[in-house]
Amino acid sequence: MRLAAGVAGSNTVINITVFAVFVAITLGVVLYVNRRRANTAADFYTAGGGFTGPQNGIAISGDYLSAASFLGIAGAIALNGYDGFLFSIGFLVAWLVALLLVAELLRNTGRYTMGDVLAFRMRQSPVRAAAATSTLAVTFFYLLAQMAGAGGLVALLLNVDAKDKFTQSVVIAVVGVVMIAYVLLGGMRGTTWVQIIKAALLIIGAAVMTLWILGKYGFNLSALLGDAVKTAGATGDKLLAPGAQYGKNGTTKLDFVSLGLALVLGTAGLPHVLMRFYTVPNAREARRSVSWAIGLIGLFYLFTLVLGYGAGALVGPKAINDAPGKVNSAAPLLALQLGGPVLLGIIAAVAFATILAVVAGLTITASASFAHDVYANVIKKGQVSGKAEEVRVARVTAVVIGVVAIAGGILANGQNIAFLVALAFAVAASANLPTLLYSLFWKRFNTAGALWSIYGGLAVTIFLIVFSPVVSGKKDAAGVLNQSMIQGVDFHWFPLENPGIISIPLSFLLGYLGTVLSKDKADPERYAEMEVRSLTGVDTAKALVH
Amino acid sequence: MSTDLSKDEPSPPPDVRDWEAVQSSPEFQDLRHRLRRFVFPVTGLFLAWYLLFVLLATYAPAFMGAKLGGSNITVGLIFGLLQFVSTFAITFAYVRFADRRLDPLAGQLRDEIEEGGR
Repeated sequence: MRLAAGVAGSNTVINITVFAVFVAITLGVVLYVNRRRANTAADFYTAGGGFTGPQNGIAISGDYLSAASFLGIAGAIALNGYDGFLFSIGFLVAWLVALLLVAELLRNTGRYTMGDVLAFRMRQSPVRAAAATSTLAVTFFYLLAQMAGAGGLVALLLNVDAKDKFTQSVVIAVVGVVMIAYVLLGGMRGTTWVQIIKAALLIIGAAVMTLWILGKYGFNLSALLGDAVKTAGATGDKLLAPGAQYGKNGTTKLDFVSLGLALVLGTAGLPHVLMRFYTVPNAREARRSVSWAIGLIGLFYLFTLVLGYGAGALVGPKAINDAPGKVNSAAPLLALQLGGPVLLGIIAAVAFATILAVVAGLTITASASFAHDVYANVIKKGQVSGKAEEVRVARVTAVVIGVVAIAGGILANGQNIAFLVALAFAVAASANLPTLLYSLFWKRFNTAGALWSIYGGLAVTIFLIVFSPVVSGKKDAAGVLNQSMIQGVDFHWFPLENPGIISIPLSFLLGYLGTVLSKDKADPERYAEMEVRSLTGVDTAKALVH
Repeated sequence: MSTDLSKDEPSPPPDVRDWEAVQSSPEFQDLRHRLRRFVFPVTGLFLAWYLLFVLLATYAPAFMGAKLGGSNITVGLIFGLLQFVSTFAITFAYVRFADRRLDPLAGQLRDEIEEGGR
């Protein structure tokens, strides 16, 4: 029964108290920063572009470092050693694409959504509808993963029985309701402050644990690694070299290369990341945002390297695998080992805060995309754009998305959810990034090309996933078909779990073919305007009158 | 706080502005050239460097797992940490470059366009 009883030694009262204090404080902050808010689209979607670069950089790291980054990567390093580290490198290097090619040009060209930029010089309705479709797809996959993850975390951290789906469902619902409250009460300004607070807690928490571990080993990384190898026993030496997870055969190796591509190219196409660039007044601040984000995210991933090997050394793979939540329990178990139930309570609350901040960011992005791209510009043909009616639609959408996320999270609870995040990155890298880059840099790119690369990239990615081992046909060691999402059947023919290596180049090709094969002509005047605006930021700085 | 809602959609203020003329001006071409000459090669470089790392980790695990000296630090760990170093270095270099070489030119053009259009 020990296994089902959560992390042994965790104190439910402490955990719930710390978490409740976090929710109370953040809700207070959300209300405080919005005490004089304006009910405009600019205010709701982007806080009027009033954040500074450093503030936004911290918020970006709060938006980006999900529970998967914190618990998932630390656990992956503890169990698989070097292969876990590979993830964090892809997640970090990806930010250079955002810094060099996307952030500033996007800030200068659009106002609220990815669709603003993609549709700038195209026919509005079809391209905005396409941009909203892929935005909603990416945010939905990502949101579902976070919500379902919340259920698993409960079992792990609050001593809820792993089989007690009802209590887990209640917690998922609570997460959803708090998230809706953040978004409705706070809009982008409130959501941003929640992300800033969460990022600070997460990074400070990780820093304290990192210093603690390094202190135990006299700040000698080699000694820490040696101890991790020793604790793991016979297979320990594998921890220091790549291949423990992905080195099994040719297919898994190719799968890893494919994943690596999606990670590095996906970030700059994630709609909730793109939307954060609109919360600063100009390109210079967008640039500073990304440089702060790169610094903080890089630092955090260096911490997780120490945390992962520290968990391997001090807790050990066996104890981690025996705990509920398995790989995800490495960091909480490490906290318990180092600082007892109090530190575990704090780390548990930070993990919850992480989920809350990320889902709030996703929800506001999806609601903005629906209200601004679909409702205001496709349905109402731009007549209500930016007005109170659009904001009302955005708020209603946020509630609907929250309810859908709660229901989806409850249904997906217990499923293998890691692939949902990978899927979100694959769609972002395949459907969004090629379209975005073509729009910004290729003069001839036209409406047909944009539609081909968005819908084509989306369709190819989902098609390949459906026929991959993720959905069906994966066997366990005994040959039983129970390792995929749908068990007991096998209709897979695509060998890779990550479609990126096929879908990303194909989407670039589709965008090219759609452009050259269609009779559409690119509008040179609109391209001139877009290019001049994107590089100079004409009118953006003045839109802000604080 | 008030935010200008009148020019919400990408149908900007009364188009007295001749974007194509600005686009073909030598100043703008210079700005565009400076930006592209920096970001395209650097993007190619860091993507190649990252890909090299991924391919080495995937197809040369023995090399990446080799230990340095008598320590537990492996070649792969150094390579991984170098990815962090290169990412930080490129970020620093780009911010410096953009602050010094792009912003003044972009600001000058922006002022000219905004004054000319009103």
